[in-house]
Amino acid sequence: MNLEAQEVAVRVTGRSLLTGVNLTALPATLVGLLGPNGSGKSTLLRVLAGLRRPDQGRVLLDGADRAAVPRRALARRVAIVTQHVPSDVDMTVLDVLLLARIPHRSRLAPVSVVDTAMAGEALVRAGLPGFGGRRWNGLSGGERQRVDIARALLQQPDLLLLDEPTNHLDIRHRLDLFHRLRSCGATVVAALHDLELAAAFCDRVIVLQHGSVVADGPPARALTPDLIRRVYEVDADVTARPDGRADVRIRT
Amino acid sequence: MLAALLFSAVGAITVGAADLTFVEVARALTGTTGDPITDHIVWDLRAPRVLLAAVVGGGLAVCGAVLQALTRNALADPYLLGISAGASTGAVAVLVLGIASGATALASGAFLGSAAAFAVTLALAGRRWTEPARILLAGVAAGQLFAALTSLIVVSDATAQNTRSITFWLLGSLTAASWPAVALSAAAAGAVLLCCWAAAPALDAFTFGADVAQSLGFSPARVRALLFTATALLAATLVAASGAIGFIGLTVPHAARVLAGSRHRVLLPACALLGAIFLIWADTAARTVFAPQEVPVGVVTALLGVPAFAILLRRGQKEKA
Repeated sequence: MNLEAQEVAVRVTGRSLLTGVNLTALPATLVGLLGPNGSGKSTLLRVLAGLRRPDQGRVLLDGADRAAVPRRALARRVAIVTQHVPSDVDMTVLDVLLLARIPHRSRLAPVSVVDTAMAGEALVRAGLPGFGGRRWNGLSGGERQRVDIARALLQQPDLLLLDEPTNHLDIRHRLDLFHRLRSCGATVVAALHDLELAAAFCDRVIVLQHGSVVADGPPARALTPDLIRRVYEVDADVTARPDGRADVRIRT
Repeated sequence: MLAALLFSAVGAITVGAADLTFVEVARALTGTTGDPITDHIVWDLRAPRVLLAAVVGGGLAVCGAVLQALTRNALADPYLLGISAGASTGAVAVLVLGIASGATALASGAFLGSAAAFAVTLALAGRRWTEPARILLAGVAAGQLFAALTSLIVVSDATAQNTRSITFWLLGSLTAASWPAVALSAAAAGAVLLCCWAAAPALDAFTFGADVAQSLGFSPARVRALLFTATALLAATLVAASGAIGFIGLTVPHAARVLAGSRHRVLLPACALLGAIFLIWADTAARTVFAPQEVPVGVVTALLGVPAFAILLRRGQKEKA
């Protein structure tokens, strides 16, 4: 799915969270949303997902205004993994995964055998076979994050939005996740904190600071040492790769 | 479970001041006794009461399950929105101020009182009333307000006789059961159960969080508005018929989750059945254990409900550990 945001602005009680944000994500690409804490990444993701109405501007999905797409049709095409996943939910992992199939069946239809089978396969792909009967509130933070990402993927979206999907994952599962995101076929926009991984995997990065876009492009071009110093106040070495990605190394 | 409910209903009808056998009751229900006294006891005295117990128990349990999912609060119960306090105020106003007399007036007063309390809750919660935190706080505040009004009315003007019937009513009682009450409550409970059952996927999604629910195609404001209002009206109807019977709406959904899982398509009917069975037996105990003295059924549900809740609580902790 082609995603476009035009001049998006969000204000909360007089304070500007986002101003004049423009963004484009081409079909089946992985776009990294970067920026320090409070730069507006989560707010932008919520606007893109339709969880929050922007005060100005609009979001286009394949050229159509998102506000004009019916909720259910939208739910079949756009999935989101939010940053704060509740930990106290008393549901089984299988029931959590099956939520993803709700938009794909009629309102009164029961959970089908196919849905259950798909949920089982999703668990295997997430590296959590046999977890279906486990209770959500008994999982570790990383396991919860992996199940929630599997849930979003099971929604079979054309556009997948992820808010810091790697913050509870160990390094192996971080790499696994990026490989899966690259190969899932959907347009993926992910808010990320790990510059090294973002530069190594994203087709494009968009850097936010104080609610505005300060850099936009392939990692090799957008993530200059100068920009990283300006935005994150750290020193970094950047080596461009021929495919437009980059190796970023933060100096400690 | 349906069989258990049927057995409970017939079984509960056999228990009472006049001894009836299971066979006699079954024959009376099918209209083949030929004994007018048995028929009268079964049809006019015991059947409405047992059926009202079933409807009220089932309805309260469903309300509790729905509100627990919508507010993501395991302590939510049908009286959350100020409803039981409002019902008390309405009923007490009718009793004490002598606005009208009779069971129908009492029930109408209770219903109007709870509707008024729900309206106050909505007014306090303001424009964004569908946000759980706001409506919970507003419900608590409205509940306190109406409890104070009730005390005010009782203190200002109550005879000993009135105080007695008020107390009985505040604790919940099915003594006023009649066929019209059964029909009205059953219609309301049936309609709300159907409505909530249809919205079961939305409730599953809300259990997991409003953001996810919205991303799955549900409008949080619309779903909450519909279900808060539906459960509030049902709770008001049930409270008007039976007084504020506590702990069913709180405890039964937790027990049903252990038996039937957390998927609302199955959970809601399970709540209805379990709540019905529980209240049938609780009421049977209430009217027979200390016979001829009758205990308010709310006392029995609390005596049984609190230990049950404690067991469920411990169980939950063990699973998490």
